[in-house]
Amino acid sequence: MQLTLGPVLYHWSPERWRDFYYRVADEAQVDAVVVGEAVCSKRAPFKQDHIPAVVERLEAAGKRVLHSSLILISLPRERRQTRELMQSDEAEVEINDLTCLAGLAPRPFAVGPFVNVYNEAAAGFLAERGATRICLPPELPLPAVAAISAAVPKLAIEVFAFGKVPLAISARCYHARAHKLTKDNCRFVCEKDPDGMPVKTLDGAGFLSVNGVQTLSDSCASLLSDIPALRRAGVASLRLSPQDCDMVAVARLFRDVVDGRIESEEAERLLGEIYPDVPFSNGFLRGMAGHIHAGRGGGSLGALR
Amino acid sequence: MELICPAGTPASLEAAVEAGADAVYCGFRDETNARNFPGLNFSREELRKGIAFAHRRGVKVLVAINTFARAGAFGLWQEAIDDAVAAGADALILADLATLDYAHRRHPGQRLHVSVQAGAANPDAIRFYAETFGAQRVVLPRVLNVMEIASIVRETSCETEVFVFGGLCVMEEGRCSLSSYATGQSPNMNGVCSPASHVAYSERDGHIVSTLGGFTINSFGKDEPAGYPTLCKGRFATPKGSGYIFEEPVSLDAALMLPALRDAGVTAFKIEGRQRGRAYIAGVVRSFRKILAAIDEGRSPPAVSLAAMAEGQASTVGAYRKGWR
Repeated sequence: MQLTLGPVLYHWSPERWRDFYYRVADEAQVDAVVVGEAVCSKRAPFKQDHIPAVVERLEAAGKRVLHSSLILISLPRERRQTRELMQSDEAEVEINDLTCLAGLAPRPFAVGPFVNVYNEAAAGFLAERGATRICLPPELPLPAVAAISAAVPKLAIEVFAFGKVPLAISARCYHARAHKLTKDNCRFVCEKDPDGMPVKTLDGAGFLSVNGVQTLSDSCASLLSDIPALRRAGVASLRLSPQDCDMVAVARLFRDVVDGRIESEEAERLLGEIYPDVPFSNGFLRGMAGHIHAGRGGGSLGALR
Repeated sequence: MELICPAGTPASLEAAVEAGADAVYCGFRDETNARNFPGLNFSREELRKGIAFAHRRGVKVLVAINTFARAGAFGLWQEAIDDAVAAGADALILADLATLDYAHRRHPGQRLHVSVQAGAANPDAIRFYAETFGAQRVVLPRVLNVMEIASIVRETSCETEVFVFGGLCVMEEGRCSLSSYATGQSPNMNGVCSPASHVAYSERDGHIVSTLGGFTINSFGKDEPAGYPTLCKGRFATPKGSGYIFEEPVSLDAALMLPALRDAGVTAFKIEGRQRGRAYIAGVVRSFRKILAAIDEGRSPPAVSLAAMAEGQASTVGAYRKGWR
């Protein structure tokens, strides 16, 4: 089973973003790394200059590099960016919107978790058009993952295994709105929250996180205890989505559990030390409400924090 | 300009037809449609009769099969498509690559509309659906302003349909798992959002507190009406203050935007609300008919009060106006 590092979904400073990938290249035990801006086209110019060096360093370290498309594409400049990405000869693209397939000459591509692949027929359709790997939408339960993987064996199936869970995308920027600004005049306030802006209920329970136009969960997905079941379901790769914590250590922990060097309970305790004060969840995979953290083989309710 | 009206029941279908709808949209009583609410929707027999009734009055019926098919159970969605075609549906409203591909190959002559749940938000995406599946119309997601809609119309040969009244998604449709995060029930998989089965109201310190799946969505003082806890229209707390972080409890009313949307080249105006009763449907359809007639004749639209019918009292024109974002 492989590990893929998903794109940084948050707006980190350009230097921090670059240094993060340099360290990943040098130290992280991951097989593939997705780079690029998926969430907001206004952020893309900040990382643009660093991408070639980051890609070179990752590839030199033997990691497969994928370039993420945007999730929501509506402005002319976003369409242009998308077209350029799809026409680039070198880059292997992870598409996050079907816009990417418009007028696409046959070539292999990867499919990100924001394309709605809920069943084997949709997966088969994409495979026929050139998809080689699909990271399935985080809300899919395990039986669906298994059915898709069994029906389209030539696809490498990936699931969202670590990170705050992306739940929604909008044209409206909620970071700007919270700061009484609009998206057009946002002053990049999302940069102040490298791990997302917490959204709690009025009685103080953690609930969601805002990342510009994107809304994520407050809880952090952890499929550590589900790895044996995912392996049986034919899952080829686990996606680790970068948070504001030691992602090299997170990758090492997942690697250790996948390779059987450490038990999942102990691993999750250690994960809580690497990324403290954030509840874990795996409810989506278990066919329950996404915020739930169910133990091994079970449907026990996690504490609502 | 066509007026497309919702029907959650055969009675609503008749009400919409009689009130002047050009087309009515509806779905089967199961998880294949995105308004899978208890007590709503059509059996096979009801759909056949409804289509026959509508066709006698020259009104079209569009059948929404617009959830994403459950893995391992695609047969249910295939059957829904076959049965809707056999019943004489004028168009199928589909969102999933799987259902679009199946309908296009199995029923090549059938008119297909791309559901709002597909989230086709630009001319390239729309062209993909038109060229790949022969889709003839796209229902646009509620994330676009009028200028962007005009540019879509200019750049594609696909007809466009836009929502003008009723519930308002503030997230891009078809890409929102907020409801399933709180409740386990999602629009994409189960055809429901913020389901009533997971809603509770309680009294706390003189306030009415509404919860969804155990999460507090809102808290109302004595003088405030306690609205339904739709997740994205709740009050929450952030380090920058508390309030309606995503959107106020408003619904969409774009009646005043109709001339601009017509000038943008939109083919059809859609009213949301398959979950609403026949009186609501008849009232809203009649009001929009009057407004459209005035626009057609070059008169200024009559001031029709739709406020009483708006779901959350207050209304918005949403993303159609640029500053909304």
